[in-house]
Amino acid sequence: MSITTEQSDDGSTLTIHIQGRFDFSSHQAFRHSYEGADSSITRYVIDMSETTYLDSSALGMLLLLRDYAGGEKSDVRIVNCNGDVRRILTISNFEQLFQIDD
Amino acid sequence: MTTDAAFGNGPLRILIAEDNHSDRMILHAILTRQGHEVVMATDGMEAVEAFHREAPQMVLLDAMMPRMDGLEAAREIKAAAGEQLVPIIFLTSLSDPESLASCLEVGGDDFLSKPYNRVILRAKINAFRRMRELHQSLQNERDRTHQRNEQMLHEQEMARRVFDNIAHRGCLGAENIRYEASPMSIFNGDVLFASPKPSGGVHLFVGDFTGHGLPAAIGAVPLAEIFYGMTAKGFAISDILREMNRKMQAILPTGVFCCAAMVDLNLKSGHAEVWNGGLPSGYLLRHDGSRDELRSRHLPLGILPADRFSAACERHAMEVGEHLLLCSDGVMESVNREGEMFGEDRILEVLAGGGTPSDVFERLRGAVRSFAEGVGSEDDITILDVAMAEESLLEAVEPEVLPDTGAGPLDWEMTYELRNETLARFNPVPLLLHICMDVPGLRLFSGELYTIITELFNNALEHGVLRLPSSLKDSPAGFSRYYSERERLLGEIRHGAVSIRLEHRPDPQRRGGRLLIRVEDSGDGFSGEALSQSLAHNGLSGRGLALVRQLCNNVRLCGKGNCIEAEFVWHAGRGESRSGVSEEGNSHE
Repeated sequence: MSITTEQSDDGSTLTIHIQGRFDFSSHQAFRHSYEGADSSITRYVIDMSETTYLDSSALGMLLLLRDYAGGEKSDVRIVNCNGDVRRILTISNFEQLFQIDD
Repeated sequence: MTTDAAFGNGPLRILIAEDNHSDRMILHAILTRQGHEVVMATDGMEAVEAFHREAPQMVLLDAMMPRMDGLEAAREIKAAAGEQLVPIIFLTSLSDPESLASCLEVGGDDFLSKPYNRVILRAKINAFRRMRELHQSLQNERDRTHQRNEQMLHEQEMARRVFDNIAHRGCLGAENIRYEASPMSIFNGDVLFASPKPSGGVHLFVGDFTGHGLPAAIGAVPLAEIFYGMTAKGFAISDILREMNRKMQAILPTGVFCCAAMVDLNLKSGHAEVWNGGLPSGYLLRHDGSRDELRSRHLPLGILPADRFSAACERHAMEVGEHLLLCSDGVMESVNREGEMFGEDRILEVLAGGGTPSDVFERLRGAVRSFAEGVGSEDDITILDVAMAEESLLEAVEPEVLPDTGAGPLDWEMTYELRNETLARFNPVPLLLHICMDVPGLRLFSGELYTIITELFNNALEHGVLRLPSSLKDSPAGFSRYYSERERLLGEIRHGAVSIRLEHRPDPQRRGGRLLIRVEDSGDGFSGEALSQSLAHNGLSGRGLALVRQLCNNVRLCGKGNCIEAEFVWHAGRGESRSGVSEEGNSHE
């Protein structure tokens, strides 16, 4: 598992790439990825193109990010999910809370 | 942890085994001068004896000695030392690699060549002293971990018993219910509840908290309390779900929630109401081999605030002998030796495998067990299977009714009036139901009473106070407009009142009684014609009063048409309470 981030040129968007399994062991790294970022960030993109697996604690972490990003007013998108990851997000009905683009 | 200084300088007890007298004396002199306590032996046999007697912390051993040589002595000393690290340094003038290697093979740790050099000897002793200390602290750590683990298992066992007392008092043992759940599954965050409803039928619940261990287990207790408490009081599935969600959202930190599915199995009407929030799809297994998927349509419990939470259930008709299957994601995620996951496809394979609906549970359980054999993940698996059954089946199961002491109120009346903005904010039904439930024996009818009071209250609120015309509901589009209008009007409500009067009289033989429910609103009233019209109505509206009419012995409009009075006659021992109901509200359907 590794997590890398990248900030858009205008400084408003933080893209978080998650490689490998996204589970409880990623907890610290995932939090650091956005808590340590610039205050100019208003928009978050979780890139799951290289995420192989997602468990329920990862869902919890996504909720924490959502809270951090402003809860109801947050702008968090989840992009490039593979089938398994997408299935878990769908079962949990997370499209009601996040914008999910396949 | 001992500091390096204390550790580096403190005296050691060192055993010297050396048959050569002058060598022995030289070593003795060096070590004593360096502050160590020295124990002497002149051959291997003596060395082993001295080791047992004096328990030295380090041994200097001549390889070649009479009676028992150093190699054999080293073997015995190492065996006697057990888990203790007692470094053995061979004293030797040998230099051929094979002899040196055999010293290490029997357990020696190092060599010291003759003639002895005090600087090297001191360095070696210090190096081994550090190694000993490291070894010791590792062992202490290991023992402490072991001890903590024991303690944790013990605490978990205690916690599990407490939890079992709370969670497993329901009807999981009923004939039509089968389940798979490891005894310690609570520490994987899995919960499983089943409880008979006072009005007949069963509530079932499968939940899976995020995470593992104590944090996952802790939310289960309030969840169980709500499930069993509210089911026993006759609350409907949607009320229970809303309360669970509210409670979970209030007490769990963000990021911890509970994926869950809840089922209201109505044996009387042959229906299952299903709510699934975040659990893998459940399945309804039909007699003809087909199946309905019970998909997750909601967010898990504990995420959404109350005003955004939806407790909407799907309703499925079920015939006797058809089964409903639910499982936690542990089933899909159980892995085999190759690290493959069981996956949805294998579940579907089992479901498609033929056989009757009642075979599926055993086949699924068997398939998951043999798939994950030897991996030890079976602790994570929770499967629930429930069959639609004849109503009589549950008669064997006592509904969890708080013991009727017979001391409750039998002869009473009360009036409860909600006014103005309170009408928009507060649902009085559970409170009123709670009061009725204090009547000994009436608890068995909580389902019916809940419906009656709810329908009458909603009728008074929507048509009387808010003046919503029920004709609005006659088309599907109007139906949803009706509810958005209702929301809007409730938001604007400033004046108005709904008064609910409850009156209970026991029957003379004390084998039941008569509950009068009178609901009056501040509206203009509607004509008796409107009442009978709506009862015979064939559209989407008018269901509420028709339902009340079916459940009650007598329903009449009074006052200027702004008041409805319904009479509910009940007899201890269910089943005969509603004779003589002639109007069949849905005979037109």
